[in-house]
Amino acid sequence: MPNQTDNPIRDAVSGAIGEHPVILFMKGTPEAPACGFSARTVGALQALDAPFAAVDVLPDPRIRQELSAISQWPTIPQLFVNGELVGGADIVAEMYESGELAQTLGIEQPAQTPVPAPGAVPTSPPGMQIENKLA
Amino acid sequence: MPSSDDIRQRIEAALPGAAVDVEDWTGGGDHFRATVVAPQFEGLNRIAQHRLVYDVFGAEVGGPIHALSLKTSTP
Repeated sequence: MPNQTDNPIRDAVSGAIGEHPVILFMKGTPEAPACGFSARTVGALQALDAPFAAVDVLPDPRIRQELSAISQWPTIPQLFVNGELVGGADIVAEMYESGELAQTLGIEQPAQTPVPAPGAVPTSPPGMQIENKLA
Repeated sequence: MPSSDDIRQRIEAALPGAAVDVEDWTGGGDHFRATVVAPQFEGLNRIAQHRLVYDVFGAEVGGPIHALSLKTSTP
């Protein structure tokens, strides 16, 4: 994958994946997910108290287009850890339940906590806007 | 608009020998949930397993098929 292309959106997406050890591309924000699948994935990360960067793909359809071109993965959300696609909503949920997610993130799995309902979201990092990086 | 049966048949055609179960999650023909048990998944991690199934539908997933939730395993 070339580092610089003549496609600023693709550069911003691959740059963000490279810069953040844990980054979630989602619909909406961690505070206000716009889709149940994204909400579920945010819930799993937050249940583990995992710090993560989040990118809302909704403001510009090109973000999603370029993301899927890079990841070869058609749906949102997409979770990347250390630059690698870990999964979408189904895989992240399975990994959360098996304890693998905590392992992949290098953190302790707290005692049996079910994935919290979307909306029950007390603390989360501010959302990141790829658009802001394109100026 | 695809039906659960269409989705199931297409996965079975692409992955001969697979046991496929598909349900239309919302009844709207655009959110599906599929359980796929396929010998072709042997030795693949989950990402690669799901990709094999997503590849059957190309750009339809994320397009007309808004969501295709997957659970994959080997027989």
